[in-house]
Amino acid sequence: MAVCIAVIAKENYPLYIRSIPAEQELKFHYTVHTSLDVVDEKVSAMGKALVDQRELYLGLLYPTEDYKVSLLSRLGIPCVKSMFPNQLHRYGYVTNSKVKFVMVVDSSNTALRDNEIRSMFRKLHNSYTDVMCNPFYNPGDRIHSRAFDNMVTSMMVQVC
Amino acid sequence: MSPTRWDFPVELCCRPMAFVTLTGLDVVYNAVHRAVWDAFCANRRADRVPISFKVLPGDHEYPKCRTKRTSYEWYIPKGILKTGWMNKHLNLVPALVVVFYELDWDEPQWKEKQSECATRVEIVRQSLQGRNTKVAVVLIQKKTPLPPGEDVIASERAAALCNACELSGKSLFVLPHTDHLVGYIIRLENAFYEHAQTYYYTEIRRVKSHKEFLNKTTHQLLFVRHQFKIAFFSELKQDTQNALKNYRTAYNLVHELRAHETNMLEIKTMAGFINYKICRLCFQHNTPLDAIAQFRKHIDLCKKKIGSAELAFEHAAWMSKQFQAFGDLFDEAIKLGLTAIQTQNPGFYYQQAAYYSQERKQLSKALCSHENSVMYPSPDPLETQTGTLDFYGQRAWRQGILSFDLSDPEKEKAGILALQLKERNVSHSEIIITLLSNAVAQFKKYKCPRMKSHLMVQMGEEYYFAKDYSKALKLLDYVMCDYRGEGWWTLLTSILTTALKCSYLMAQLKDYITYSLELLGRASTLKDDQKSRIEKNLMNVLMNENPEPEPDCDISAVKTAQKLWADRVSLAGSNIFTIGVQDFVPFVQCKARFLAPSFHVDVPVQFDIYLKADCPHPIRFSKLCVSFNNQEYNQFCVIEDAQQMGDVLENSAQGTMCLVPGKTRKFTFKFVAKTEDVGKKIEISSVDLILGNEIGRCVVLSWQGGGGDAASSQEALQAARSFKRRPKLPDNEVHWDSIIIQANTMIISRVPNISVRLQHEPPALTNEMYCLTVTIQSQEKTPIRDVKLTAGLKPGQDANLTQKTHVTLHGTEMCDDSYPALLPDIPIGDLQPGEQLEKTLYIRCGTVGSRMFLVYISYLINTTVEEKEIVCKCHKDETVTIETVFPFDVAIKFVSTKFEHLERVYADIPFLLMTDILSASPWALTLVSSQLQLASSMTPVDDLQSHVEKVVLQTGESASECFCLQCPSTGNVEGGVPTGHYVISWKRTSALENVPVINTVITLPHVIVESIPLHVNTDLPSFGRVRESLPVKYHLQNKTSLVQDVEISVEPSDAFMFSGLKQIRLRILPGTEQEMLYNFYPLMAGYQQLPSLNISLLRFPNFTNQLLKRFIPTYIFVKPQGRQVDNTSIVAA
Repeated sequence: MAVCIAVIAKENYPLYIRSIPAEQELKFHYTVHTSLDVVDEKVSAMGKALVDQRELYLGLLYPTEDYKVSLLSRLGIPCVKSMFPNQLHRYGYVTNSKVKFVMVVDSSNTALRDNEIRSMFRKLHNSYTDVMCNPFYNPGDRIHSRAFDNMVTSMMVQVC
Repeated sequence: MSPTRWDFPVELCCRPMAFVTLTGLDVVYNAVHRAVWDAFCANRRADRVPISFKVLPGDHEYPKCRTKRTSYEWYIPKGILKTGWMNKHLNLVPALVVVFYELDWDEPQWKEKQSECATRVEIVRQSLQGRNTKVAVVLIQKKTPLPPGEDVIASERAAALCNACELSGKSLFVLPHTDHLVGYIIRLENAFYEHAQTYYYTEIRRVKSHKEFLNKTTHQLLFVRHQFKIAFFSELKQDTQNALKNYRTAYNLVHELRAHETNMLEIKTMAGFINYKICRLCFQHNTPLDAIAQFRKHIDLCKKKIGSAELAFEHAAWMSKQFQAFGDLFDEAIKLGLTAIQTQNPGFYYQQAAYYSQERKQLSKALCSHENSVMYPSPDPLETQTGTLDFYGQRAWRQGILSFDLSDPEKEKAGILALQLKERNVSHSEIIITLLSNAVAQFKKYKCPRMKSHLMVQMGEEYYFAKDYSKALKLLDYVMCDYRGEGWWTLLTSILTTALKCSYLMAQLKDYITYSLELLGRASTLKDDQKSRIEKNLMNVLMNENPEPEPDCDISAVKTAQKLWADRVSLAGSNIFTIGVQDFVPFVQCKARFLAPSFHVDVPVQFDIYLKADCPHPIRFSKLCVSFNNQEYNQFCVIEDAQQMGDVLENSAQGTMCLVPGKTRKFTFKFVAKTEDVGKKIEISSVDLILGNEIGRCVVLSWQGGGGDAASSQEALQAARSFKRRPKLPDNEVHWDSIIIQANTMIISRVPNISVRLQHEPPALTNEMYCLTVTIQSQEKTPIRDVKLTAGLKPGQDANLTQKTHVTLHGTEMCDDSYPALLPDIPIGDLQPGEQLEKTLYIRCGTVGSRMFLVYISYLINTTVEEKEIVCKCHKDETVTIETVFPFDVAIKFVSTKFEHLERVYADIPFLLMTDILSASPWALTLVSSQLQLASSMTPVDDLQSHVEKVVLQTGESASECFCLQCPSTGNVEGGVPTGHYVISWKRTSALENVPVINTVITLPHVIVESIPLHVNTDLPSFGRVRESLPVKYHLQNKTSLVQDVEISVEPSDAFMFSGLKQIRLRILPGTEQEMLYNFYPLMAGYQQLPSLNISLLRFPNFTNQLLKRFIPTYIFVKPQGRQVDNTSIVAA
């Protein structure tokens, strides 16, 4: 299940970020932003040679990391349950126009297979392409599209 | 409970080495012993065997060995591992005790010495009772030993000594104290090492032998303990592979232990120890992936083992320590040559360690926030009798109790309270910051700039919590530009909010203002109510009042801050803050735009300043001023609140000095450029907007150049890409995005109002004085003065053209090479309106080709701009391209007197020089005269008068001349002899009288001169008449210095009868000539062939008739017989 989905412009500023839970928004912004280190490195390592091969999926960006749910909720009651960290995976994807997609996936309950992630990215890419095709959308502007929103919401709820 | 309670013990982290004690060495007073000891401990590099040595007195008491248990049946262990055990085997119980003793083989008092030595050995044995420790004896000898077998006494006595000391022969060593001490010591060391390994091997066997007595129900702890011991002994034995294997087993056994809240800490502590050992060995074996896998497994297994909920912070601390220790191990391995990568480097472990420490802080805040009245329990439950714990990871107040039931809940409560109170005093921020800065260093190394920035933000926030605001501010300020540069506004806003709090709490005025400016700006993602609160605070600060405290600040810190702010108010210091805004995103945007990319000097320069505020409430400013690269204009471009606006247009329209949020305000400025600035660029160097006033505090927002800040270039790009239709605005308003900054303009000279006309007749002819007439007419309304003309070859063309082009104003004389190619600044004087003036230029072009000529007229005129009198310099230039061509082509040829083409001429024989002048000029040419200047080797046959004087040649016409010349014999000259020059004097037919004649000199070709032996000269009338006698005389001249034999014959011809010698042979003396006279009688009219004269020279067989035929006429025109008899011809016949 995706907990955060982000679209990053070629110049590395965010075009779209959505995350759940909402109160963790800032943390996810940082998570996505730091992921760009690896995306940048992977993209530059690919260089020109791989441009033709069209492998857009960058795979797992960082090794599995532990992410603790809601530090704040724990403050009042030091319950045992709060100490269970969630396992988060960050995946990356870069389009031919160097627009990057970053997805943070909570896989503490279900392990996602690589091709499931791929298909999620492909869906995201298709939806992004639809946004770009909108004549009223100016490339480089933040994305405000209901269709795109709905698609992202579906990926966040859906258990793949 | 020190702050380092979670640190691993030193004995766990060191590399275990075999422990060997040396006795009988007096290292203080005996120089020899000192030298021996130094050789043991100095220079212990990696190639030496791993032994740790210690010097002890011979009667040293070693730790007592407990009596061996024969049965484990009733034995219940009290814990997993005793705290002293590792240290005991590293530093207290030796594997080998070496007894040093000074004894030479030829010692006179051998018996006494031998028994003393035996006693010493015995004392050592006594204190080691029950242990398997080996004993060895080293005899320090003064003499070099003989090779083995040769010294009979030595071997005998050695055997005796071994016997006396109950030693095997392998444990007796001899150390000769000679030059090669280090060599001997290394050999000794290796022998010791073998003994030590044997000792550890037996120890391992001993521990293993206990296993069979154990049962799984009561001795679970012992399984772990024994496995750990085996592994540790293996390490001491330097058998790291087996050590790793055994540690892994031990690790699995630890997790098999029955865990309960009461022993959770002990299990975790041991698991942590063993995990540390495993990871360490894996790195040592260069299998980092195994280490990482083990560590992950360890964390997965342990992260849920929290233990007592009231002491949850302990778990976080323990977790943090695990990560930190692994990070340290990783880092150490990298220093030893391991390569890490971006996604797998120690930084992640330090980062995780920091996160766990943060969690620890949170937990301790939640769990340890006891009232101040809560007293530390007495007696101290953490106090033990020895001051240390007996077993690792146990609680001080219930050591050795294995029961899961709490026998004494009161004591338990006191213990927990004590731990909680101690935790409260821990400075968590310090730990977190250290870990974060470790992580920062690593991420910097592995190309993760954003991760680094993120961690620095966290460090800054931690400093903020730790109330070290200045450090916090420094860090936050450092990373802000990274987030700003990449346009992550949410993150930037969050950082700015913290930074604003810091600057508030420190009452840092400038920082406070700067952060407020940006938080109010369009990049900030704050809600409007927040923004309006900040704006209010900013206004207060500008009015020299105290701002409201920032929300969520520490109350005591706020109190201090309020005092600081009060001090700031009373302090009358410098209250003007200049803030360069180009590096951030302030809440006022500015764009400057010159109305045109260039302005003529006689019109005022105009530009607009657009301002737009993004804050929630309208804001007043007190002054707007613009600075230029030429500072003289600055004074004209100021708008000030109170006073009248000097040069500003539309005073009323500028309105109040108030910026309404979201509305674009335009300010128009106008000034007159200085005439000195013509040709220069005027640039806006900065735009300053002053908020507040001198009474309160002043903030100068300074935009570099024509406005724009950190975000505006990206916005401009987006706006340029956008196809969106902008909503219609009222006429006097503009859309912000549509304004394009134009920060500079050119000042160009006034448009000239004169006409320049050029008259000439192209193309120019080579070397002629080409006439170019310039007509200047003033169309100005006022008189112009100081008119100057610059004319000539346009600079910047081929350098050779400059050499071959000359310009003059005087056409009456030929100009030479000293004349320039360009005549600069010819004064012409003044011109009244409408007055016309003509100037003639003469240009001489020495070579053909096209040239560009420049005619440049400059003048001064007085004009008025904005009621200001200025003197403008105007100029107008014209260029014209003129082709230069040759006026004519001259062809020269040599012909014989028979007009036959000659390849070469013959000495002393006249020939003809023909010149042919073909006009190539499109204009008619007048050949004034021509002249042949002969070289000394040539002589004219008749006078050389010109035949082409005053001839006019139209295009394509040609004029020819012919000169008869003779060339005396010169011998054989290579390349021929020079002929001379041919000078043609000419001018255009249309040229005026006073225009000088041009002399074109043509060098005549050289000619090859050849001498011939015989020349025949013929006297022949120009024509004959039928049946009239035609006398012909041949003169045969001998041109050689020899007597010539000549055979002459005349062949008959049908057209003639003739009389004379038909065939003759004669001799001609040198230099003389022979005449032959014939009378021809023509029979037919017309162009008839003469009877041919054949001459052959006997001495010159090469001399052929063919050659002679060139000189001898072969045809003659015979006229028909007339009706009237011409008397004279009859007489001649």
